[in-house]
Amino acid sequence: MTYVYTFVVGGTICVIGQLLMDGTKLTPAHVLVLFVTSGVVLTALGIYEPLVEFAGAGATIPLPGFGYSLAKGAINGVKDKGLIGAFLGGVEATSGGIAAAVVFGYLMALLFSSKTKP
Amino acid sequence: MSKKRLGNQTVRFVNPPSIISTGSIVGPKEGMGPLKDYFDLILDDDSFELDSWEKAESKMIKEAVKISLGKASLEASDISYMFGGDLLNQLISTTFAARDLNIPLFGLFGACSTMTEALSLGAMSIDGDFADYVIATTSSHFSTAERQFRFPLELGNQRKLTAQWTVTGAGAAILSSTGGGPYITHITTGKVVDFGISDVNNMGAAMAPAAVDTIKTHFLDTGLSPKDYDLIVTGDLGIIGSEIALEMLVKEGFNMHKNYTDCGVEIFDHKIQDTHAGGSGPGCSAVVFTGYLYKLLLEKKIKSLLLVSTGALLSTTSAQQGESIPAIAHAVSITSEYN
Repeated sequence: MTYVYTFVVGGTICVIGQLLMDGTKLTPAHVLVLFVTSGVVLTALGIYEPLVEFAGAGATIPLPGFGYSLAKGAINGVKDKGLIGAFLGGVEATSGGIAAAVVFGYLMALLFSSKTKP
Repeated sequence: MSKKRLGNQTVRFVNPPSIISTGSIVGPKEGMGPLKDYFDLILDDDSFELDSWEKAESKMIKEAVKISLGKASLEASDISYMFGGDLLNQLISTTFAARDLNIPLFGLFGACSTMTEALSLGAMSIDGDFADYVIATTSSHFSTAERQFRFPLELGNQRKLTAQWTVTGAGAAILSSTGGGPYITHITTGKVVDFGISDVNNMGAAMAPAAVDTIKTHFLDTGLSPKDYDLIVTGDLGIIGSEIALEMLVKEGFNMHKNYTDCGVEIFDHKIQDTHAGGSGPGCSAVVFTGYLYKLLLEKKIKSLLLVSTGALLSTTSAQQGESIPAIAHAVSITSEYN
């Protein structure tokens, strides 16, 4: 059943993104920023955490999940290090994802060259 | 009053220049479209064996010029002027091609209207007796235009259904003071028209009013009517824009349902090729004219053509600042016979 919840929640988040691109003038870059920041806001309001507990990767893998990690890291940073942790915690918590994006992005750029869409 | 002027925006040539030769090169996608049999060269690879698409676009112009020179048995040194332009910053495709061709250059920016802008100025310089041979060129490339105006291809963005597909192609046409036609008899130079459309994914709708304005002005200035032409062809309004243009022209009293089409509609098979609202780019009307329409004129399958290339004169900066899209259209009247 967990798989079903994961699929439904993750899929719903993606459908919202697709609808925003099809139905509004927002570009994919707008949607990216909107989703990450809304993940932060929803986590700060305590709404996203229950969603993660309910759907696991269905909530953490899509873009708002990155915002969730940022917000959660900042909250934990404040608990551990005081106010300075608000600045340190977010990036600390997401450092794995950021470093992986840089490393794999670089590797792919070395291995493949871009081509015109068919 | 100049004796060559008709009305406000039209010139009638006293000694109509002859289009003696053309050259057209297209990319692989255009080479699979319905007009594939009409192009001089179809590339297997849109990088043209070079390491960037910008270099490939420039090479396409150079090779299109060489093809047209070869067909007319002329050398580059016989050409007095090259009138040309493209979509890239500082017209690098055109200027880098002209660097190697060694022909005196007038670089033009008319966005997708460049083909008829170049033909207009070339024709005027020949009828004005300033040159015996000139060449009009323009180009576009899907991947350089995406990088220039939209997003890097690597981002893998989805395209809107109203968006058009930039044609990869270059066209060149040699105009001469002598020769057996087809002849450029009139040109109508467009004004910049802006109906306040700001959706960069719907250029056809933004450009349609400019095409309508120029076509209407052409008929008013010359006293001609749509039935005087076998074919009236706009540049790259695409499927959405050409329908808007047709409707607007009917309201103005010009019914062109029977003899009207658009290069952006003709160049791709939109059902199979997933090009959404049709082809676009300066290369669109350039290759459809130099490849397809020119051959129809030569074979006298059509005897009179009104070619109206349409351009959207926006920049990425103006679009980001929320400005609407100004557009322009230039008409060139071509006949296969002239008495």
